[in-house]
Amino acid sequence: MCLAIPALVTDLSDDGMAVVSLGGVTKTISVALLDEVSAGDYVLVHVGYALHKVSEEEAQRTLALMAEGGLLDSELAEIGEAAS
Amino acid sequence: MKYVDEFRDRALAEKLSAAIHAEADPARDYNFMEFCGGHTHAIFRYGVQDLVPANVHFIHGPGCPVCILPIRRLDDAIELAEMPGAILCSYGDMLRVPGSKRRSLMSAKADGADVRMVYSTLDALAIARANPDRQVVFLGIGFETTTPPSALAIRQAADEGLENFSVFCNHVLTPAAIRHILDAPEIDPEQAVRLDGFLGPSHVSTVIGSKPYEFLAEKYAKPVVIAGFEPLDVMQSVLMLIRQVNDGRVAVENQYTRVVTREGNAKAQELVDDVFELRPTFEWRGLGWMADSALAIRDKYARFDAEKRFPISEKTAREVKSCECPAILRGVKKPKDCKLFGKVCTPENPMGSCMVSSEGACAAYWTYRRAETLAEMALEAAE
Ligand code: SF4
Repeated sequence: MCLAIPALVTDLSDDGMAVVSLGGVTKTISVALLDEVSAGDYVLVHVGYALHKVSEEEAQRTLALMAEGGLLDSELAEIGEAAS
Repeated sequence: MKYVDEFRDRALAEKLSAAIHAEADPARDYNFMEFCGGHTHAIFRYGVQDLVPANVHFIHGPGCPVCILPIRRLDDAIELAEMPGAILCSYGDMLRVPGSKRRSLMSAKADGADVRMVYSTLDALAIARANPDRQVVFLGIGFETTTPPSALAIRQAADEGLENFSVFCNHVLTPAAIRHILDAPEIDPEQAVRLDGFLGPSHVSTVIGSKPYEFLAEKYAKPVVIAGFEPLDVMQSVLMLIRQVNDGRVAVENQYTRVVTREGNAKAQELVDDVFELRPTFEWRGLGWMADSALAIRDKYARFDAEKRFPISEKTAREVKSCECPAILRGVKKPKDCKLFGKVCTPENPMGSCMVSSEGACAAYWTYRRAETLAEMALEAAE
């Protein structure tokens, strides 16, 4: 539950929500905790909220490491499994 | 270095390992507590312990929100789930944790309660909107990273006039717990753990910054390095801690500068402050009651506070006998010191919270160190 996944912001809406691409999965998350976000930014996503901006390089590095450790799959499964 | 292959950047891992070996003084021990379960997990998954000399010890701290929720509060959550017409929403990790009489949210669900796993408070809000005639309670747990999302959900519910949504708040604060561990020897010498430094929380610090840990250096003379969750981050942070210890320096250093600042995320902090206030005292599993260590929902949002809204009966919680989770969470015992480990207690059939969450110490030992731990236990039993 403590992990955060870097994601690419692809689209922003006015209500503090954003569409991100997360390891190939598209997901709507909240960016209300961040001041300035634009499409093309990478953000650290934790339980559906962007906590922080990260550089693209950092994002790629983290994603690669998470994928290698098998962490990405379990996190993505958790996002997918959750009730809606 | 059998585990080094696991590292993405093998060369860097080897270099860091060599530097740690070269700089660690063989004449002394280094006891470092990693507060976060995320660090515990990284250390085990990548075998970091095998890449550092034997006199560098990792002490696993209480930093797993699932593990430290006291059974009493979990029993309360189960009671909320069982209210007629209620829907209880929870992060997935919580569902299998055994409460009193080994009942979990999962077993409550099997008995007919409407318990739903959510990934986000956003999902819980959506469930409330879709079910206006039901009471939707979100089980809020976690440290400073999951608190802002709970705060936002409460604000959102207030803005929308979503009257059937509430939060059962169990949010806790990391600095208070660290302070408590350091004060423990004064209160009870039995509980003393020798600590030479801390690996500070990473994602928690993205929210609150590194500043709240400065008291550790100033008041307790303990070095702190805010460390990222990746194995190379952990190794680099260990090296930074060893250097501080060797130089006799005490400071809060930030290894995770690419994400963490001294001030943290001001917007998230303001939001949390608007919605929550300090609880005078809160019980942590293993650490007991601690002053100013948790948050409650402010009165102005009382109608979104499940504790104020619904009657919760005062019950006495029952710990599983012989489960050593409490001592493990304080860093005074290891999973091998629990008679139940691997025999009665496994991730499929957990007896305590440390075995449920993947960030728990027992689960980490089970996944990555099972054979060694069971062998050690057999040896100690034979002695
Ligand atoms: S092995 Fe199981 S029963 Fe023993 S301390 Fe760990 S979680 Fe508790």
